[in-house]
Amino acid sequence: MRQQRHIFEGIDWLMVGLYFLLVFMGWINIYAAVYNEEHQSILDLTQRYGKQLMWIGFAAAMAIVMLMIDGKFYPAFAYPIYGTIILTLILVLLFGREVAGSKSWFEVGSFRVQPAEFAKFATCLALSKYLSSLTSNMETLRTKLTAAVIIGLPALLILLQNDTGSALVYGSFLLVLYREGLPGNFLVLGLIAVIVFITTLLFNVQTMLIVLAVAGLVAYFFSNRKRNDIILIVAAFALFSGMSYSVNYVVEEVLEPHQRNRIYVLLGKADDPHGVGYNVAQSKIAIGSGGLSGKGFLNGTQTKYDFVPEQSTDFIFCTVGEEWGFLGTTMVILLFLALMIRIIFVAERQRSPFSRIYGYGVFAILFFHFAINIGMTIGLAPVIGIPLPFFSYGGSSLWGFTLLLFIYIKLDAHRLYILR
Amino acid sequence: MGSKYAERRYIIIGALVLLGLIFIIRLFFIQVMDDSYKLSAESNVLRHITKYPARGLIFDRNGELLVSNKAYYDLMVVPRQITEKMDTNKLCQILDITKEDFISRMQKISKYSRFKPSVFEKQLSDANYAPLQEKMYLFPGFFVQTRTLRKYPDNIGGHILGYIGEVNQVAIDKDPYYTQGDYIGASGLEKYYEEDLRGKKGVQVVMVDVHNRVKGSFQSGKYDSAAVAGKDLILTLDAQLQEYGEALMKNKIGSIVAIEPETGEILALVNSPTYDPNLLVGRARSKNYSILNNDTLKPLFNRALMSSQNPPGSTFKLVNALISQQFGVVTPTTRYGCQMGYRAGSFRMGCHSHPSPQDLRGSIQHSCNAYYANVFRNILDKKGQTVSENFQDWRDLVVEFGLGNKLGIDLPNELSGNVPSVGFYDKYYGEGRWKSLTVVSLAIGQGELGATPLQLANMTAAIANEGYYITPHLLRQIKSEPGIMHGKRHDIPIEKEYFKVVKDGAEKVVLAGTGARSKIPGIIMCGKTGTAQNPHGEDHSIFIAFAPKENPQIAVAVFVENGGGGNKFGAPIASLVIEKYLNDTIAKSRLEFEKRILEANLISGEKSKK
Repeated sequence: MRQQRHIFEGIDWLMVGLYFLLVFMGWINIYAAVYNEEHQSILDLTQRYGKQLMWIGFAAAMAIVMLMIDGKFYPAFAYPIYGTIILTLILVLLFGREVAGSKSWFEVGSFRVQPAEFAKFATCLALSKYLSSLTSNMETLRTKLTAAVIIGLPALLILLQNDTGSALVYGSFLLVLYREGLPGNFLVLGLIAVIVFITTLLFNVQTMLIVLAVAGLVAYFFSNRKRNDIILIVAAFALFSGMSYSVNYVVEEVLEPHQRNRIYVLLGKADDPHGVGYNVAQSKIAIGSGGLSGKGFLNGTQTKYDFVPEQSTDFIFCTVGEEWGFLGTTMVILLFLALMIRIIFVAERQRSPFSRIYGYGVFAILFFHFAINIGMTIGLAPVIGIPLPFFSYGGSSLWGFTLLLFIYIKLDAHRLYILR
Repeated sequence: MGSKYAERRYIIIGALVLLGLIFIIRLFFIQVMDDSYKLSAESNVLRHITKYPARGLIFDRNGELLVSNKAYYDLMVVPRQITEKMDTNKLCQILDITKEDFISRMQKISKYSRFKPSVFEKQLSDANYAPLQEKMYLFPGFFVQTRTLRKYPDNIGGHILGYIGEVNQVAIDKDPYYTQGDYIGASGLEKYYEEDLRGKKGVQVVMVDVHNRVKGSFQSGKYDSAAVAGKDLILTLDAQLQEYGEALMKNKIGSIVAIEPETGEILALVNSPTYDPNLLVGRARSKNYSILNNDTLKPLFNRALMSSQNPPGSTFKLVNALISQQFGVVTPTTRYGCQMGYRAGSFRMGCHSHPSPQDLRGSIQHSCNAYYANVFRNILDKKGQTVSENFQDWRDLVVEFGLGNKLGIDLPNELSGNVPSVGFYDKYYGEGRWKSLTVVSLAIGQGELGATPLQLANMTAAIANEGYYITPHLLRQIKSEPGIMHGKRHDIPIEKEYFKVVKDGAEKVVLAGTGARSKIPGIIMCGKTGTAQNPHGEDHSIFIAFAPKENPQIAVAVFVENGGGGNKFGAPIASLVIEKYLNDTIAKSRLEFEKRILEANLISGEKSKK
């Protein structure tokens, strides 16, 4: 075993570089989004761009600390960290402060922290720790259930905080489980479930049942017509019919009207550019008006004059689209793709399963945020209030993602010191 | 170990790359292919603020202001820009309207256009405007538009000046210059000179934020244009004379038209009953309009131009006197006797008592019916031509006086009056089955003749000019342009000397004839009384006059419904108008006379009769 000489030894500069590039671009766009003639200095701490620079400074310090901690620390303390975060999530439910309908913030003076942003890396650590243990085996039901609990517990607590968007992020861990051996059927079933979900809402339960019945008959004719196949087909039919009914029930009876409307607007069933769909309509107008090369830095009228809501947080991508045009948006998408592919590449070179699984966890979380956040700004995904990683304004989210990524960079730098 | 499933990384990367591609393709369509987002962005952020020009002012011939502007404010709305969060109650409270009213107005406006500004509340009162202006930022989608209304300082000449009203869809479709809520001249000079008066709208393009706060001009005002004020008009009208004429006609029904003969310039055009033009301005306009419109005395009716059914009566004898001389069937010394009328076989046309026989001048002085029956029959029965041919020649000359056709005054809705044609009688009696005696009532200006007061005044001007008239007009000059308007000159093919004879006769009318009571001290006035027979009640009193006899300055026609004979009201009113215009004051000896006319009330009498 070799001794690590200094903290930057062996770190993957490509990931670090991509990280800083994205953070810098985010900061520039926040400046443009909230640009104010009276506060032109980008360093003005009373403005969001000034604050964001402060958060970036903290994040950099945090990153260095992560790199200084011994690589062995993370697998060793995965469960205690997870436990602490779960406790914090419970505490915030009891003592937290409600902001915009979500009881998910701790407030100390003028300083606010959102524990949910830190639960992501903690869950990722715990899941990696569990799946890399010798006793776990993805093929057993026990392992599947335990993994489901590790993922589900924080998700449930965050759901109770009324922060549906952040809770949904935990669904992305399905990708990690898939990589670790969860049968592909689960993903296929998941995909069919999504299709059933959407078609039920688009049409109605009766139509869905007829489609399912036809699909069952077709499957029967193409199957071996053995007993097992028939049971499987019947079971699948029963499962999806039941799901179709329950989706209908949940959407119509359980969901809040504003949540139901968001789904309907996305599906094109409801069209109301000044109501629920206003955000998306304005967001598309802002991005669409950017054209090929954009209106130029600080020249975006839609974002600057507040037509796009949440322009510095969830809808920061609009500023990119309006001021930098198609070239800018493509650039950002390619940078994210590069970072995520690099994460997978690095994950696959790990000797330790812990590091690899953690790497896929990082990927899955970034992937989900990327897909939903950009998807919602261009009308391809429902408006779920989750930030664009590294880009969106906000300390908690930036620090959460920084921790997530830099623990991974540290684990990667540490890989050569781990025995196969 | 997980490496067993290592190849799954490619599926995951594949899914990632696919998603990235979908995003990029979608962005390509939104940002590069589709231009509609750029338009939406513009409509979000750009406001085209219309700069309304001041409408042109109107002055009388002496520079007295007749029509001016006063500012007021319209509350406008662009339905698309209203957000859900807007405090509707607050707006309703400021405007003092109900929420239901608000909703129904918005529905109506949205139906017209969700993108174009529409008027939400017209002509805000000052009490509403001040608090609204402070709270405007609360109401995105709403803005205040400054406009101008008309003001008539003298309250005179409603029929001439006309009024402005909101454009209707027909006008908008016809001329894209107008948009909903604009004002357009709806009658009178406001309508006739609309294009001169309205000026040219300007536009200012500004950028606003989501709260509708103006953030600055768009591209340094590259697309802005200034409003061009409307042109000011100077009229031929003499405001003092107009005002005096309106006072004289108070409580009487009828018209006065006064023309400067040499130029065709209209000095006064009075209709009675008239109305205060200020009534047709502002929020109460439609209410006042329907009151005026339903009034049985028809105050909105421009009698001077549109009362075309009434025959000119004996005033027409001047025309027959001229034509008969021209045709050579009468000389100034031709005499005819009259024993209380004209007889031919069983036909009889009455006349009043006067010395007999009379020559041509005397026939005018005493307005002898018998004389003109003879004259007219001489014209139609002239040897060498058939009655129809002679009638046609006669009619051709009558029309030369501007009768039977529109004169082409610069006001809308002028009517043409009527001079019957050969065809008319052929149809009525059958071809060749009518004779000079059949239509002899034309000799004394009765029968199928119809003339507007304007035509009578114009005819008078032609006689005053001894053989020509200038198309009567109201616009003297456009203030910003050099030169005075000249009407078209029409020469009447009748020898000048014949006019002199007729003028002598007309002078005698006032000196010692049918209009003798209306003599003006120090002024030689020529005139002719007329009575339009009215089967429904008291006859209509007509008088035409010009003065002075040499180089006439003013020609007047007065028409007073139910005023009796021409000497009763027509002549006194005409003499007062002329005296006022030429002398500026009424002679002391005539003040009692003036007072009697000013105070005469023919309307209440008329009403009690019904």
